[in-house]
Amino acid sequence: MEEKPKLLVTLLTGRTIEQGVGKECGKASKEYVESVSVCYIDPDDLKRLGVKEKTNVQVSTEYGSVVVTALKSKRAPHPSVIFIPYGPWANVVVDPETHGIGMPSLKGIPAYVEPAPEKPVMGLLELLKLHFGKG
Amino acid sequence: MSVVRAVACPVCGSLCDDIELTIKDGKVVKVKNGCAMCEAKFLHYNSEHRVLKPLVRKNGELVKATFREAIVKAAEIIAEANYPILYGWSSTSCEAMRVGLELAEEVGGVIDNTSVICHGPSILSIQEVGIPSCTLGQIRHRADLVIYWGSDPWSAHPRHMERYTAFSQGRFAKSAWKGYLTKIKALNVRKKIESAVRRLFLKEEQISLRKPGMEPSLTIWKEGRKLVVVDVRRTKSAEMADYFIQVQPNKDYELLQAFRAIVRDQELEVDEVAGVPVEYLEEVADAMINCNFGILFFGLGVTMSRGKLRNIDAALSLVRDLNMRTKFVIMPMRGHFNVTGANTVFTWQTGYPYAVDFSLGYPRYNPGETSAVDVLLRGDSDAALVVASDPVANFPRKAVEHLVRNPLVVVDPHMNATAQMADVVIPSAFVGIEASGTAYRMDHVPLPLKKVVEPPRGILPDEEILRRILTEIRRIKRHKERVEEA
Repeated sequence: MEEKPKLLVTLLTGRTIEQGVGKECGKASKEYVESVSVCYIDPDDLKRLGVKEKTNVQVSTEYGSVVVTALKSKRAPHPSVIFIPYGPWANVVVDPETHGIGMPSLKGIPAYVEPAPEKPVMGLLELLKLHFGKG
Repeated sequence: MSVVRAVACPVCGSLCDDIELTIKDGKVVKVKNGCAMCEAKFLHYNSEHRVLKPLVRKNGELVKATFREAIVKAAEIIAEANYPILYGWSSTSCEAMRVGLELAEEVGGVIDNTSVICHGPSILSIQEVGIPSCTLGQIRHRADLVIYWGSDPWSAHPRHMERYTAFSQGRFAKSAWKGYLTKIKALNVRKKIESAVRRLFLKEEQISLRKPGMEPSLTIWKEGRKLVVVDVRRTKSAEMADYFIQVQPNKDYELLQAFRAIVRDQELEVDEVAGVPVEYLEEVADAMINCNFGILFFGLGVTMSRGKLRNIDAALSLVRDLNMRTKFVIMPMRGHFNVTGANTVFTWQTGYPYAVDFSLGYPRYNPGETSAVDVLLRGDSDAALVVASDPVANFPRKAVEHLVRNPLVVVDPHMNATAQMADVVIPSAFVGIEASGTAYRMDHVPLPLKKVVEPPRGILPDEEILRRILTEIRRIKRHKERVEEA
């Protein structure tokens, strides 16, 4: 079997206007969930991964692993840099280290991204249940 | 139908106060002047995701409860805890925060606001270095060079540029809007030429007119304000800029120090810094030095990346250096509409802007130790009260694990990830829509928040809910003392 491509990337988390609008519609709203369970990837990196837009990808860091939907970044070129909007999906993989000042490391985290078309993107409640056993 | 004018928008730190709302049958039906987030807030706040009845967890399930029942349960959880954490605050009124601080002192807990995971490092750095700043009005009227570093106002503060900076028409500095339109037209023409040449010769790489890593500035010669954007990605804001610097992730510190060296006329013995050619940095530094009034806005791209507070040290120092050559100010781009208010109220009441620990009976401040994420990572807290915030959606997973392991009380109008995990959920009125109050804009200007419609029946503002929890906690404590005396 051919080995799946896996890219070493730098993970950024941050705001998007879609996430901003979604959070105001309600954190349980479809708009919010759809705006934060995604990963923006450089078009060239998508080619390298051999996936098309809206395919699910798995993002893994030292701190966790999460399946999100890959979107083609409109903010390219940013080779080897992926972007997940702030939210419960991003939190699974961010670095909790606060370096003694209270601020976790939410940007610039080394991560692996690989295609995961067979794995579903979890819903909010499912994700909370899996990681925290509650909700 | 009535129209309410000059409403302050309770979404982001820009706190635009020129919103016009049309009210019909006690509902907001039309929003004028607002951005996409503002419209979403005013038109959808009353969506199906709103919690209209208090909820209490029984046998693992959240079930509806009476208001009194929820208040008593919340008070019991907080009063019985040894080291409760009280978190959130940045999306409520200053008046509610004041009660929250009283509550924290009463129970000897640790109280923290959302700045701990946004501009906490900026505050630490400002305490060390100092900050030359001003109000947004000054910038609107005078700034002729505007820098956004690690911040994408188009996404996070959509009207910031239009109201206060590049695209606002000030008394002494004119809007850059026309220049921007010219630039867009020029870029479109260039794209057409490139595409035509490509079709003719089919050799894409050789005919590109663009240089990699830096954008030739088509509007350098233009009159009026100049806009500089420094970011790791070519954001929408970057597309509007006269100069865009694409810094490599986690290299902001190097870039800031390189600018400091150039501004102080020191030679850089390298060709590029953080992936940017030094030649281009010199061009931008020239624009900085030659402006009459410059402003550097910085966002979470700087505070969250490697170096954190040290990046801010470098940014503040760069502005200090620039003030040797011209007039320059600096301001953090605050996210929540009242996060500046949270820092201000916390400081009035305790002496410290965030991460305040009352466990010894007096306020103590030591971010890294008394900050919410650290308390949770160490597993020290044994209960939590979350007000107008969603830490389950914003804290790293390891911190959330401890937060939800212990009893959790949430006061929030919406069902969010944190409320899903809570033991008590008390729904509140939306401050700035259904409740009045005070909020601080990112430049520390306090603005009144209006009550434009009535809240749903039985729903109270955060301030009132907290006041009732506090009264109940005091009653529980008095009762306990009496039992112990007897």
